[in-house]
Amino acid sequence: MRRLTEFWRLYRRNLPAVFGLGFLAIVVVMAAVADILYPEGPWDLATRPFLWPGDRAQYPLGSDMLGRDVLAGIVHGSRVSLLIGIVATAVSFVIGIFVGAIAGYFRAWVDDALMRFTEIFQTIPPFMFLIVLVAIFKPSVATISLAIGIVSWPTVARLVRGEFIALRERDFVQAGTVIGMSNARIILTQILPNALPPVIVTSSVLVATAIINESALSFLGLGDPNLMSWGTMIGAGREVLRNAWYLTALPGIAILLTVLALNLAGDGLNDALNPRLKSG
Amino acid sequence: MTRYIVRRLLQAIPAIFGIIVINFFVLHLAPGDAADVLAGEAGAATEAYMEQLRETFGLDQPLYVQLYEYVANIVELNLGYSFRHNMPVFDLIVDRLPATLWLMLSAISLAIGLGILLGVTSARFVNTTIDRVCSVLALLCYSTPVFWIGLMMIVLFSVKLGWLPSGGFETIGAEHAGIERLLDILEHTLMPALSLSLFYLAVYARLMRASMLEVYRLDFVTTAHAKGLSPTRVAFKHVLRNALLPVVTMAGLHLGALLGGAIVVEVVFSWPGIGRLAFDAILQRDLNLLLSVLVLSSVLVILANLAVDLIYAWLDPRIEIG
Repeated sequence: MRRLTEFWRLYRRNLPAVFGLGFLAIVVVMAAVADILYPEGPWDLATRPFLWPGDRAQYPLGSDMLGRDVLAGIVHGSRVSLLIGIVATAVSFVIGIFVGAIAGYFRAWVDDALMRFTEIFQTIPPFMFLIVLVAIFKPSVATISLAIGIVSWPTVARLVRGEFIALRERDFVQAGTVIGMSNARIILTQILPNALPPVIVTSSVLVATAIINESALSFLGLGDPNLMSWGTMIGAGREVLRNAWYLTALPGIAILLTVLALNLAGDGLNDALNPRLKSG
Repeated sequence: MTRYIVRRLLQAIPAIFGIIVINFFVLHLAPGDAADVLAGEAGAATEAYMEQLRETFGLDQPLYVQLYEYVANIVELNLGYSFRHNMPVFDLIVDRLPATLWLMLSAISLAIGLGILLGVTSARFVNTTIDRVCSVLALLCYSTPVFWIGLMMIVLFSVKLGWLPSGGFETIGAEHAGIERLLDILEHTLMPALSLSLFYLAVYARLMRASMLEVYRLDFVTTAHAKGLSPTRVAFKHVLRNALLPVVTMAGLHLGALLGGAIVVEVVFSWPGIGRLAFDAILQRDLNLLLSVLVLSSVLVILANLAVDLIYAWLDPRIEIG
């Protein structure tokens, strides 16, 4: 509890980061109450097509080419973005921490081999790899999250490896070896908890990147066909860009603001968890 | 120097091999027969095409033979035939490559140029309103989805203002030549290159600002100030040159990501490059073509990184060559 208060004391000194967190809270609430606000779902043909934002108070953001409520789409779309953003980040954490911890702890040839492997994954153009994975394994929330995790773990692995290399020489780790702890126990209970703060700092950027990647996939028609996502809305709006550009603009603003909020929150996390690294 | 080049070339080979193997496994982890996966399931695949795929990639052989065949084929640049485009896959990709390279080159130049300008301005006026405005601008560029800003630019500059063409590589049927054609292409390049560059522009601006502030602390900058040079002259003449290296390093690392961004940009602006080709391959479910684009572009990234390394070693004698 004391650590949490300390964390918050450092975090709130960064005002933009507090705003970012506030906006994220709104998005989370939006995703949570989507079914209560719009129980008919985002596909419901609610009114006449091409209502502009502000035309009718009942549909503040207007309606699309089929008469679906744009606001309902954005509210429901927040669920897809958040869900995929979080699951994909979790996947890249699991793979990245596993690879990075083993490479950094054992060093020598294990390190060499794993880092070569990581480098290969880093040279494959990530978004192109993502498209191929999703196209082959059929788009769904699960495959999309997994695929985004698969293309984004190398950053995490490198970070964790660096931390492990620095920490494994420290006295408390040596002490663990002396009292006969197993390697697995040292890695999990001694080093990992201390290696986590910089990883947590990257989480917000990873979630932001995952959200952008998901929207780009959906825009290209590789999204989960059963779900309304912000990228899907932009892709559909593109067809009527010349006359009804608000259909493209609005979901894009939703993505932009959410990603911006995540990046601001990331700066705050950095200030709170890496106070030494703070620079002008 | 020659030994260094040879060593770096030899290091690239396992990486290329690794990428081909990863591709092979992706293909085989997919549900269903590999020939089915490659041919796609739109129903357009004829028995003859499937037969040709089986033969090219040895799909009726045991797995290790298949892996061998797969690697051998790719090394010989034999990537199969695309029936939908009626052309060998390799020729198809080589055909589309220049447009993509041109787009990437334009985007990276814009990103480096504008990013440096923004970063230097920030650092020159550090902790003033100008610095804050530049930082907010960079943060916005950093958070904007590339395909969305492309579409918004089309709405503003093509539909509303009518200043710029909304897509394509050049005006079709205009039969421009020489300088006129070049101007026409530049006009078509501006919006796609700018939307592709925004994210990187933001990264370089932040990096440049931090790197400049580092250099500002050094003694020779103090000397330059003491000599009575104007702050702008110190910023551009003395600090900038010494702060550039991290940006150039970063730009080299971004090539792969830039290629990914090029896919969505090419789709938005109907740009006739390999990104657009990859998108068509998704629509037509021509997975052999899609996988080939992935393999060749990965190899391209490796070779480009190699080139960057070599230019580096040549430029900066401090880099270990031995």
